[in-house]
Amino acid sequence: MNKAQFGSPWMPYLLLAPQMLIIAIFFLWPAAEAVRSSFYLEDPFFGTGTFVGLDNYRDALSASDYRRTAIFTGIFVFLVSLLSLSIGLMLAVSADRVLRGKSTYKTLLMWVYAIAPPVAGLIGVMLFDQHIGPLVDFAAIFGWDYRIGVNYWDTGITMIIVATWKQIPYNFIFFLSGLQSIPKSVKEAASIDCSSQNRRFWTITFPLLAPTSFFLLILNIAYAMFETFGMIDLIVKDQPGNSPVTLVYKVYRDGFRGNDLGGSSAQSVILMLLVLVLTIVQFRLIEKRVHYN
Amino acid sequence: MKKIALSATFAAALVAAPVYAQTEIEWWHAHGGQLGETVNAIAEKFNASQSDVVLTPVYKGGYEDTLTSVIAAFRGGEQPNIVQVFDAGAATIIGAKGAVIPAEDLIREAGIDFDANDYISGVRYFYADSEGKMVGMPFNASTPILYYNVEALKKAGVTPPKTWEEFEQIAPKIVDAGYIPLSQSHSPWIWTENFHSRHNIPFATNNNGFDGSDGTKILVNNEAIKSHFTAAKGWLDKGWYGFYGAGWGDNQTPFENSEVAMWLGSSGSFGGMLKSVDFEFDATYLPYWESVTTEPKATFIGGAALFAMTGHSDEENLATAQFFKFLSSAEIQLFWHKSTGYVPITSAAYDLAKEQGYYDETPQAEVGILQLSLPSGEFSKGYRMGFYVQIRDVMNREFGRIFAGETDVDSAFDVIETEGNKLLARFAKTSN
Repeated sequence: MNKAQFGSPWMPYLLLAPQMLIIAIFFLWPAAEAVRSSFYLEDPFFGTGTFVGLDNYRDALSASDYRRTAIFTGIFVFLVSLLSLSIGLMLAVSADRVLRGKSTYKTLLMWVYAIAPPVAGLIGVMLFDQHIGPLVDFAAIFGWDYRIGVNYWDTGITMIIVATWKQIPYNFIFFLSGLQSIPKSVKEAASIDCSSQNRRFWTITFPLLAPTSFFLLILNIAYAMFETFGMIDLIVKDQPGNSPVTLVYKVYRDGFRGNDLGGSSAQSVILMLLVLVLTIVQFRLIEKRVHYN
Repeated sequence: MKKIALSATFAAALVAAPVYAQTEIEWWHAHGGQLGETVNAIAEKFNASQSDVVLTPVYKGGYEDTLTSVIAAFRGGEQPNIVQVFDAGAATIIGAKGAVIPAEDLIREAGIDFDANDYISGVRYFYADSEGKMVGMPFNASTPILYYNVEALKKAGVTPPKTWEEFEQIAPKIVDAGYIPLSQSHSPWIWTENFHSRHNIPFATNNNGFDGSDGTKILVNNEAIKSHFTAAKGWLDKGWYGFYGAGWGDNQTPFENSEVAMWLGSSGSFGGMLKSVDFEFDATYLPYWESVTTEPKATFIGGAALFAMTGHSDEENLATAQFFKFLSSAEIQLFWHKSTGYVPITSAAYDLAKEQGYYDETPQAEVGILQLSLPSGEFSKGYRMGFYVQIRDVMNREFGRIFAGETDVDSAFDVIETEGNKLLARFAKTSN
């Protein structure tokens, strides 16, 4: 085998440098700053403060609602990822099978993705509004007194629905392109061997989609965990009260609303560690089962 | 050739442009929509009133957003001359010694007369330091009052309640008339902070926190407020009180839709509501418990104040002082009061409103200012606590849990006290 070689041993480092610089400036530096300030209680204006050791971590973990928030975050992330992945996959498979008017279906299914997240949140909030929401009137037909902002789970369900709805088209696009990259010959061979469409999907199509699914799984978990706090803020109308919120929303609330930089940093370091562990687990356990071509 | 002549003319025009050295100052505020337009109108009036200073108002989002932006700007050395900071953020900005110039000092140094007594008593102290020196210039000031639907109360054959005991008497009749008797928009502000003020009960140690953040403890876990919330939970169960969550609008809407007969809201809601409702409404004082006190006191203000930031030249500080002076003038205060519903902050503006007969047409607009002018007590001038946004979050959460039946009143107030004190102790460490 003939391997291409760089003339100078420094060349690869030089070529990597811009990327490394971006990682250093936009990830490593802020992360280090977060770790540093998590050990301090600072005056927000001057950045002067007291070194408090692990107090911020102790206070964050011992807050009476930390457990409740963590449990809701788990449920929220699990359901949003599961629902948006499975619905996205289902729609992609259906759209892939359609022969006539394919592009119309695709466009219709994708365009939610073009809606800006705050607008999506706002539409969701209006659909579920206590006083004017049509979906609240709909629930009332079945005798369900849907009270967003008052009832813990009514609010939680709304958040899960809105977050899922916003993410489905994203998954749909990736699954559809994944499906279209499966060679026609494989599909044809499979349809000769097996007449059950269902069985063909689970034994041939789904394993071949595994790399796409794995990639989407990681992205969806990150989405549900980190990118939904704006939508949550819209749903609780800036006043969380006793509504369910996620861990990231609390980081945002304490840091950006309450100016508690130390406390908010400690919470985000805890989250950073959590996500690190989660990612390692995902790569160790799940990636082994993923076959890249 | 023609071209050269033309550019020469332009150049001459540029050089000859008026060379008055105008001082430019910037004002970051938190008012969008209709209120924002009124803010802009005030800035225009100020710019038109003189030729030395140009004031530019900049809308920075909600109260919290504005505070967060000004902190970031201050750390980058790019703070505006004036920033609007809300009540719950007062401890943060006043606690940051050296970030703001006290309004009183700024005005005096500019050689302008300043007399704290020009300001209405309920307004004067909230943004002052422990010696009573005014640090923030009160801007949009409001206080909680009781609004009522005139027809609903007439149908029920009752008069608006002065006390909560009276409320319990009339509530069943209002229910019979087909209304939910009561809703309320901001439990921490109305039913907690102003509850303490109205009943003259201490709300925190260290002179309600005004004497400094060191060792300040919240005194919210007391019998008076606990029995109030026990009663309120009872009202909710009996259908006398409608709870629509922690959001402001969700609790105001049912009143505007004539589903709720009485609503506890802000005196500043008056201007907007005049336009949004089609029924006759009136307002009265925040009710109190006769069993707790027979001499109810004044409430204090909510809303926000303007703070002059440090780090600017003397000319700019002088310009800021001139603007503060302009803002306190009776004409501007009356303009602000009439267009928004916020109370005027000076007695002169209040007198002018009376003189012009404003309250004969709209008596509701006077309720807030009358309530602020009631006799004040030792503990009625407000509070000063740090990390107060988070403390309010804890209150809202626990109140929501009480009303949802997830917790009882005693445990809820234990949690508010414990977590409140923890936050206060943390805040005290930030200012060392």
